[in-house]
Amino acid sequence: MNKPYNSRDWMSHPAYLHAPYKSTVLRSPTKPLIPLKQTLSERTGPVYGHEKVGVLDADLTKNGAKNGEPLGERILVTGRVLDEDGRPVRNTLVEVWQANAAGRYIHKVDQHNAPLDPNFFGGGRCVTDDEGRYTFRTIKPGAYPWGNHYNAWRPNHIHFSLLGPSIATRLVTQMYFPGDPLLDLDPIYLGTPEEARERLISKFSIDVTEPDFSLGYIFDIVLRGRNETPMED
Amino acid sequence: MPETTTATASEALKQTPSQTVGPYFAYGLTAGQYGYPHTAIADSTLTDNETEGERIRVEGIVYDGNGDPINDAMIEIWQADAEGRFNHPEDTRRPNAHFEGFGRCGTGTDPENRFWFDTVKPGAADVGEAPHINMIVFARGMLVHAYTRVYFADEAEANAADPVMQSVPQERRHTLVAERRETPTGTVYRFDIHMQGDDETVFFDV
Repeated sequence: MNKPYNSRDWMSHPAYLHAPYKSTVLRSPTKPLIPLKQTLSERTGPVYGHEKVGVLDADLTKNGAKNGEPLGERILVTGRVLDEDGRPVRNTLVEVWQANAAGRYIHKVDQHNAPLDPNFFGGGRCVTDDEGRYTFRTIKPGAYPWGNHYNAWRPNHIHFSLLGPSIATRLVTQMYFPGDPLLDLDPIYLGTPEEARERLISKFSIDVTEPDFSLGYIFDIVLRGRNETPMED
Repeated sequence: MPETTTATASEALKQTPSQTVGPYFAYGLTAGQYGYPHTAIADSTLTDNETEGERIRVEGIVYDGNGDPINDAMIEIWQADAEGRFNHPEDTRRPNAHFEGFGRCGTGTDPENRFWFDTVKPGAADVGEAPHINMIVFARGMLVHAYTRVYFADEAEANAADPVMQSVPQERRHTLVAERRETPTGTVYRFDIHMQGDDETVFFDV
């Protein structure tokens, strides 16, 4: 098995430099990336599974609870991790982190004047099943202000980190919510090529919604696939 | 033929776009290092007492275009063991049982904003390849992560013959080579990352 993984699709991913997102200006490589012919180094990667996941890790409404339930709107977020050919990516680790319902991160450098929730931590992880499916139970994250420009607010979002089968499939992304008016004002979201942006927006699903308990959202994730023909020498 | 060959380009799914890790990744991805009450899947220590191989530390600073250290970057590494074997199903050789080969470190806890990894010096994975460590850079302000490779200054001959190194313009190859230094606490390879500037680190389209 020496087939390379497909290249990153630069019609899907943002460019490094997106000047309206000001932090990119000094942190983006200025020289073109050098094409690398994948070796075993890139066709392999860390393999983590259930041994890295604790019983409450996928339930963010419980894994930070100290003396009660977190405040906010309970949601279920689920989806499938697939490759570009539609094959499920099984037994792969999905890590998430997010703000609480008030738009405050527990992170020490978050100085936003909104309350922390003593019963909400905001980090979790799980492993995909045989169909590539993951599920998190959490609280809908709030919007929050940031210093990029005057009156800048991040849309509601959940950060996702995925390993996939090799370091070539590594992906860190953000899941957004449908109908959020802040999306069209957000330079991070808008840094994504226009035709690819909607892939970052989850879909509300009444089927995933649990009666009398929580709303449901579906967010499918597509990682790089693998060429069926070996790379020519 | 595999069933997937019947899929046409129009049926193929499109990759989910990358987004930045932002400034608040630490409690999600590097919780233990930053003192949050959550575990992380990996940290800066890749070895245990029984790992075979030469113990080394790989450390460095990530500099922005002004030459200032970036204090909210996250670095991941992936490497072969001391015999050049990867702990992965696709490497059919039996790897060292005490070495997973994956590390993760944020730059926000060291006073100088260094990242560091305590690991073993990898062996060459294949004939003609030089020993190296794969490194991935994430940060606030990076909408897409960046791949680079760490080569070792004391492997000059192997480096010169390495196909990936040879694909890099001669005048930029030094940005991929970590300098070796012996210290009272052990061998340290220094690998600074420059996002921009005269010594801009080589990043690969992996």
